[in-house]
Amino acid sequence: MYTTDICIIGAGPVGLFAVFEAGLLKLRCHVMDVLPQPGGQLSEIYPQKPIYDIPGLPAVNAQELVNNLMQQISPFKPEFTLGERVEELDHQEDGSFIVTTNEGTKVRSKAVVIAAGLGCFEPRKPAIERLEDFEGKGVSYMVKDPENFRNKKVVLAGGGDSALDWALYLANIAEKVTLIHRGDSFRGAPDSAEKVVRMAEEGKINLLLKSNITKIDGNGHLKEVLVTGHDKTTNSIDADHLIPLFGLSPKLGPIANWGLNIDKSAIEVNTYDYSTNVKGIYAIGDINTYPGKLKLILCGFHEAALMAHSAFKYIYPDKHLSFKYTTVNGVNAF
Amino acid sequence: MDFINITVENRNGERQELELPTDMGLSLMEALKANEYNILATCGGMALCATCHVEVLQGGEKLGSMSDAELDMLDTLPDAGPDSRLACQLRINDAMHEAVFKIRGEEE
Ligand SMILES: Cc1cc2nc3c(=O)[nH]c(=O)nc-3n(C[C@H](O)[C@H](O)[C@H](O)COP(=O)(O)OP(=O)(O)OC[C@H]3O[C@@H](n4cnc5c(N)ncnc54)[C@H](O)[C@@H]3O)c2cc1C
Repeated sequence: MYTTDICIIGAGPVGLFAVFEAGLLKLRCHVMDVLPQPGGQLSEIYPQKPIYDIPGLPAVNAQELVNNLMQQISPFKPEFTLGERVEELDHQEDGSFIVTTNEGTKVRSKAVVIAAGLGCFEPRKPAIERLEDFEGKGVSYMVKDPENFRNKKVVLAGGGDSALDWALYLANIAEKVTLIHRGDSFRGAPDSAEKVVRMAEEGKINLLLKSNITKIDGNGHLKEVLVTGHDKTTNSIDADHLIPLFGLSPKLGPIANWGLNIDKSAIEVNTYDYSTNVKGIYAIGDINTYPGKLKLILCGFHEAALMAHSAFKYIYPDKHLSFKYTTVNGVNAF
Repeated sequence: MDFINITVENRNGERQELELPTDMGLSLMEALKANEYNILATCGGMALCATCHVEVLQGGEKLGSMSDAELDMLDTLPDAGPDSRLACQLRINDAMHEAVFKIRGEEE
C-alpha cells in the first residue's frame, strides 16, 4: 500500500499540474492512470497537434506540453501508478481514503483529486453477441504479455497500426494468426501493411479482408470465431484467443458509483475550491462541471491551484498557510 | 441566405427534417449539435475521435470523397460500415440537399 497526502486520479495535463500546485504547499502526490503513459487526451488523441491557448506559449505541441509538465513537477517526486484503472474509492474511519485499482494496487491518502478528464480510456468493443462472456476467457483487448499466445491460435480484428503490428509480432510466436479487417486495404503504416500482405501470401498469416466477426462460441473458453465476408459467406475459425484492436475511447466508468453528484457524466463542484459534495474529494479539469465551465487546459490549471490551497486547509486545519509567489522562494524540491 | 434540407435519424430511429444554412461554413457535426443532437465531438472537429460517426442512408454518393484522416479514424471504429462518415468532415453545402443521416456516434 502506498501512502501519500493527495491521490490524483488521472495523469492528464490537469492532474499533472495539480502535483505542482500541491508541491508548492509541501503536499505529496500519487498520480494514477489507466493509460501506460502520462498526458491524458494530449498524448492519447493528439500528441502532434499544436496548442495555441496556453498562456505564455504562442504554440506548443501537445506531447511537448506533457513533457514540460513532467519536468516541471519532477522536483516534487510524484509517485505514479500507470496502466491500471482505478475501481474503488473507500472512506476510512480516520477520514483518509483508500483508492484501489483493477490490479489490486492501493493508495491511502488524506485527500483525493479526481482529474479524470472525459473518463477512463477504454478499448472500443465491437458489437458481437456474448463478447463480454468470453472476456478473460480468450477475449482480450490488448497484448500485455505476448508469451501468453505462444503456440496458440490467435484471431486479431482491426485495420489500424496496432492490429498490423501485433499480427506481425505474434505470427512468430503463435501457432496460427488470423487477421480480420473490414476494409479491402490497410491504412496503417505502409511498411507494416506491406509486410502483413507478404506474410499472408507466404501462408504465415491468415488474412481475411472485407470481413467481419459475426459470432463467437466456446464452452467456458473461446473456441471458435465466425467470420462473414462482404459476399455473405461465413467461415468458422478455430481460436484460443480473440483480440479486437479498435483503439481507445473515454468512458466515465467506476467514478459514477462513488456517491458524487454527477450531471451528464461530469462531477458537480463548488467553484470556491472545486470540492465535490464529499468532503476531502475534489474534481478538476474536464471531469467537473459548474455554471460557465469551459473544457480548456488553462481552466483546469486554475482549478488545480485553488484546489491545492483548499486541500491544504482540509488536511491541516490548524496550520497557517501563507501564500507565496514562486518568484520569492523558487521551487523547493522535496 | 441559402438553405438546404436534410433528414436526421436519431439513435432511437426517430426522424426529423432540418433546414440548414449553406453559407456559414458549418460542418454537419456543428449543425447537429446546434440542433440539440447529443453528440460528443470530443476532438472538436479534427477527425481525431470518431464520436460524430454518422451513417449516410441516402445521398452519400454526392458528398465527396474522404480525407486520409477521416478514413483512418473510421478504421478504428468497430461498428463502421460502407456508408459511414464523420459528421465533422462534411460541410453543409448544396450537394447535401435531401441527404438522410443516421446518428451512430457515442452519446454525451
Ligand atoms: C483533439 C483535441 C484538441 C484539443 N485542443 C485543445 C486546445 O487547443 N486548448 C485547450 O485548452 N484544450 C484543448 N483540448 C481539450 C484538452 O485536451 C482537455 O481540456 C484536457 O485534456 C483536460 O485535461 P484533464 O487532465 O482534465 O483530462 P484528460 O486529459 O482527459 O486526462 C484524464 C486522464 O484520466 C484517466 N482516467 C479517467 N478515469 C480513470 C480511472 N477510473 N482510472 C484510471 N485513470 C483514469 C484517463 O485515462 C485520462 O488519461 C483538446 C482536446 C482534443 C481531444
